[in-house]
Amino acid sequence: MADDASNGAPAGGQWPLWEVFTQEQTGQPHEHAGSVHAVDAEQALQNARDVFGRRGKVVSVWVVPTEQITASTPGDAGPFFDPGSDKAYRHPQFYKAPRGVRIY
Amino acid sequence: MTPTNAAAPPPPETAEQLAAFEARIAAGEYIEPKDWMPERYRKQLIRMMSQHAHSEIVGMLPEGNWITRAPSLRRKMTLIAKVQDEGGHGHYIYCATETLGVSRDQMVADLLSGKAKYSSIFNYPTLTWADIGVIGWFVDGAAIVNQTVLAKASYGPYARSMIRICKEENFHKRQGYEICAVLASGTEAQRAMVQDAVNRWWWPSLMMFGPGDASSPNSEELLRWKVKRFSNDELRQRFVNLTVPQAQAIDVALPDPELRYDAASGDWHFGQVDWNEFWQVVKGDGPCNRERLAARNKAHDEGAWVRAAAEAYAARRAGAAASAAA
Repeated sequence: MADDASNGAPAGGQWPLWEVFTQEQTGQPHEHAGSVHAVDAEQALQNARDVFGRRGKVVSVWVVPTEQITASTPGDAGPFFDPGSDKAYRHPQFYKAPRGVRIY
Repeated sequence: MTPTNAAAPPPPETAEQLAAFEARIAAGEYIEPKDWMPERYRKQLIRMMSQHAHSEIVGMLPEGNWITRAPSLRRKMTLIAKVQDEGGHGHYIYCATETLGVSRDQMVADLLSGKAKYSSIFNYPTLTWADIGVIGWFVDGAAIVNQTVLAKASYGPYARSMIRICKEENFHKRQGYEICAVLASGTEAQRAMVQDAVNRWWWPSLMMFGPGDASSPNSEELLRWKVKRFSNDELRQRFVNLTVPQAQAIDVALPDPELRYDAASGDWHFGQVDWNEFWQVVKGDGPCNRERLAARNKAHDEGAWVRAAAEAYAARRAGAAASAAA
């Protein structure tokens, strides 16, 4: 599964890489399933069906050109996600309630 | 991860980087494509994963050999579906390997030129219909033992491709065992046929787990980096323990006079694998090495017009879209 979006267009006439996202049933999110090489979007969709939908457990599929995906980098993950990690007041446990009161 | 550039040497690796990497592995974290990893880890994974992908693709050949001669429509549908699955499994692993910076074209070229290795089991011929049963039972059975553990490999994309494969592979084993069970309860000729196939495939199946721990050069490193979770010998023993009762249940004999249950360990003791044969087949002198490679090359060459047609069709559609917009 080509999780690496920077890696999509190797030289040498190789067909472009597409990331495949499948939904197993309505109401569920589309999840990354893997990738396929295909000459265009229509063929990418057909290849994705053949490769990731052979057993019927797919109701919807997205294909996205790998090179179109912008992703965070592991080296920056600390500072990039840091603003979310020290805000305890975003969590319900931060707040006190009188004993015995049923809040939810 | 930056794409691997053949012209520039990789930046030197520091002791701190290696220590941080090994600490992540020790903590049970998965390594993802863009994470820093030692070049050695990357190289070992590319070697192991591309061999695994090639094995799925070459594995289509011995079974594809029997599609036109399957004894019933039910068996034929099953076999077509199984061979198609093997192609899909190769695809999953090729995709995962590409995340390490090697191109699909390169991997395919290495397979077709004979540079790349694949599992030696596929260099044995499928002589009778019973071979198709035994391949599902033994070869897919051994693959499941291997892949169930690889589904926890430390490299995320490899582990995810294994989870996907394991979900599909159980059908492969069950259909094979069903074929064997039916033949084993059939006529005298059918019983002889399945016993003959078992006799021929048993030892090569045990070789699928690779050389013994004492002579497996890559194992120590792969275990330390948690690409492998159990040694070759441990997995081989696990396979034998699983398979012996299955053979007893359908009353076929495994061709090993030393096979006996060891109550102390709970393991089935088995005889010595012929490692000379193993290395001979690995080095290219198995019964079908040349035939398999020739068949792959023929299929690749004969598919050239399909690839050219797809490109021409896409170019024409893109051209039509552009002139419609103008």
